[in-house]
Formats: sequence, C-alpha cells, structure tokens
Amino acid sequence: MAEYKIKFEVFEGPLDLLLHLVKKEEVDIYEVDLTRLATQFVEYIEVMRLLDLDVAGEFLVMASTLMYIKSRELLPKDLQAAPGEEEEGEDPRWELIRQLVAYKKFKDAAALLQAREIEQESIYPRLPPRPDLPTATAHKAEASLFDLINAVNAVLKRVGQREGVREIFEDKWTVSEKIEYLIKLTAEQATVKFSDLFATATSRSEVVCIFLALLELIRLKQLVCTQPEDFGEIEITKTPAPPVTVDHGT
Amino acid sequence: MELKFILEALLFSAQKPLTSKELRDLLTAAAGTAEEAKPFKKAKEDDLEAALEQLRGDHESAARSYRLACVAGAWQFVTQPEYAPWVIALVGTKARPPRLSQPALETLAIIAYRQPITRAEIEQVRGVTIDGVMATLQERGLIEQVGRAEYAGRPMTYGTTPLFLEYFGLRSLEGLPAADELRRIPITRPEALLTADPGLATPPPDQLTLAEVEQENPPTSPAPPPAENTAGT
Repeated sequence: MAEYKIKFEVFEGPLDLLLHLVKKEEVDIYEVDLTRLATQFVEYIEVMRLLDLDVAGEFLVMASTLMYIKSRELLPKDLQAAPGEEEEGEDPRWELIRQLVAYKKFKDAAALLQAREIEQESIYPRLPPRPDLPTATAHKAEASLFDLINAVNAVLKRVGQREGVREIFEDKWTVSEKIEYLIKLTAEQATVKFSDLFATATSRSEVVCIFLALLELIRLKQLVCTQPEDFGEIEITKTPAPPVTVDHGT
Repeated sequence: MELKFILEALLFSAQKPLTSKELRDLLTAAAGTAEEAKPFKKAKEDDLEAALEQLRGDHESAARSYRLACVAGAWQFVTQPEYAPWVIALVGTKARPPRLSQPALETLAIIAYRQPITRAEIEQVRGVTIDGVMATLQERGLIEQVGRAEYAGRPMTYGTTPLFLEYFGLRSLEGLPAADELRRIPITRPEALLTADPGLATPPPDQLTLAEVEQENPPTSPAPPPAENTAGT
C-alpha cells in the first residue's frame, strides 16, 4: 500500500462525528434512529481504515456502544429488557443521547466564544498617552493674590497673639522703608520664604507695612511670588532679568 | 456635577482600564486637593458601579463609534469593531496570539461554564482525551489549576484565569452567553477506572489501534492487514 497519509481531522471525536451524522439526518437529536446511526458510524470508521487513517480508540469504543444499542433493538420486543430491569439501570440509548445533547450545547458555546475571539481582534482600546504637561513650571505656579492674603492672615494671627496690652504710639514703619528692606533682602538671597519676611515683625502694623510693600513690588514687577508645591510655602524671588531691550533714541 | 461625568473624564484620560475601586481611590485623592471634589469623597463602590452602568448605557444609546466596555471588572473606552479597518490604518494590527483551535475552544467552553472541573469530567463531555489541548490552554494562561476534587484520587480541578476574560472581552464569568443553561447540564463524574490510564475518560480498547500495530510492525515487513488479524479474536 502506498505510504500516502493525509491528516484527517474533520471530527474532534466520536461525539463530534455522531453530531455530524445527526445533522445529516435532519431530525431532532431526541428522535434520531440510533440503529441507522450505528451503521453509518461503522461505515465511516471503515472508510477511515481504508484511507489508512489512524482511528482513535475513542471511535472504537463509541462504535461498540452503538453496536450494543443496535443489538438490543434487534431482539424481539418481548425479549427486550424493560427499562429499569437491567442491572446497569439507565437505557444506554438515552445515556448516549443525553451525552450528545450536552456535547452539542458546549460546542455551541465554543462557537460563541470563537465569535467573541474574532470580534476582539477588531476592538481597539483608547490608550491616550500621558499628557505632556510642562510639569516643572506648572508646579511653580504663581501664587495668587488670595494665596498671599491667606498667608498674611496666618502671620497676623500669630502676631496678634503676641500683642497683649496695647499702647497707642506713632507708626514707626513706612511702606517705602519696607520696600527698600525687601529689595535688599531679595538681593542677598535668591529666594526668600514668605514667613521669613515677617520673622522680625513685632506688630500688626509692621506686618501690614511689609505686606503692602510686597504687593507694591509685585505690582511693579520687581518681585515674583511662587508656590513650589500645592499648599507649600510661598517663596519670593526677584523677577528674572527682562530680555535686553535696546533703547533707541532720546 | 454628576458622578458619571467625573468618571467619564477619568476614563477618557486613563492610560489603562480602571476598576471601580481604582476610580473610587481617585475620587478620594481628588477630594484631598480640590474643594469641589469633596462631595464625592464618600462615594461607595456600588454608586460608582451604578454610575458606570448608566454611562455605558448612555454611550450605547448614543450609538457612537466607540463605547464604554468593562473587561474583567475594569472599564475603558474602546472602538466599535466595524471601524477596525480605519483604526488599523492608524495604529496597525493588534498584536494577538493565534486564534484557538476548535478542540481548544470546546475544552475552554466546558471549563469556563463548569469550573472548577476535573480533566476526566471534561473528557467525559467531549468524548476524547484532551492532554494536548489542556497543555496549550495552560501555556496561553487561559486556564489554571484551582484546586482538587473532594473525592477518591483527589484529581486536580481547573478554572479560567482573568486573562481568559480579557482575551474574550468578557466582563465577568456571569457575562458568559447562555450561562444559566450550560451551568445546569449534568456532567457525570466518570467512575474510577482502576485499569485505565489516568486521564483517560474511557477505558482503552482491548483491540490494538492501527497506529499501535504499525508501530510494532515496521512498514518494511509486509504484515497482513491488521484489521482482519484482530477481528477474529
């Protein structure tokens, strides 16, 4: 015999083959003529053998089950075992049909899974890249006027506590004096912490003077207030040197 | 401000699918830094699930080219499959392992609906041995050993992995189609077969198969047709 071998993998097992034969009969599984099916099943195995195909053991077991069922049906009616009389209990025919039905249901479920598997190939998730924010500067957000007022309120509270008995005397501090103080301070240190501005202040009016001086310098764009991190301390720096402006004329 | 729109904004900007627990953590984190986020600090996971479900419904009824999907408990926006040709032109074909074979799908379906299940029970349903298929499914990370059955021999039981849900785009095992019916089908536990090979659902036939006969008789010696040889005994 020629050594031609073809891979014959149409049926995944005896149940698969049986299911195929049932389908060909075009009847409901419960009504199928198992005797006829048995004949077809054995014929199929014979074909496989003729083609020199490897017949798996499971097919032979199924064939023997089918032949057993067929042999029972061939007995005269009065000699057939009544259901429940036999020691095995269940009718092998119903047992086989039950197995076939269960297999078919899971096979259908497998088809649904396959449909989902194929569908998934066409479904794309939205995967936005992380927004490319200039994080370094964004964090050094300029402190707003309200941030400043909040901060100075905190300082005032502290100073207010220190101030017990109060005498009325002439204001010793002026805003212009404090402006000079701030310019000097920021010239010496690159950054000054907000709270350090008031470290030496002894009274409410001094705090207010310093604060007004600070606001004035911010207005004049001499100083910048930044908040390096959310809820962190406000820092004061000199405005970076403006781009060189060439002054023509006059 | 509605909770579902906050969640929509988060999922719209998210770099990966987010679970309702992760979303709740984000709500808590936001409440720590922003005043307007405070009312949502105490949102329960149930509230979030309800809002997400509502959002999913909104997008579905809007019939857009994308929808909100929940896969393995995590939510993300995905395109509808019919727009794949154009999306592929943009981002290329999706990298996915090769499709599963028919036996693999059948075996996987049985495990998915009936887990935890033993190998012998699966073989009982399919009527064939499944060693190779089980190995493939385990290698692909779709199934795993989940325990041992509480009867003689204590065989291993198998179940599906979270990757299984991801691979098929399923929300949960409850999201499997026709789950109720398939969970009810009785599966008989095969009787212990003392003489049979372990893992074989049916006892091996007494007859030799063609393959076995051929292995014993190399093709050089013209052996008589094996079928007839054994038929007489």
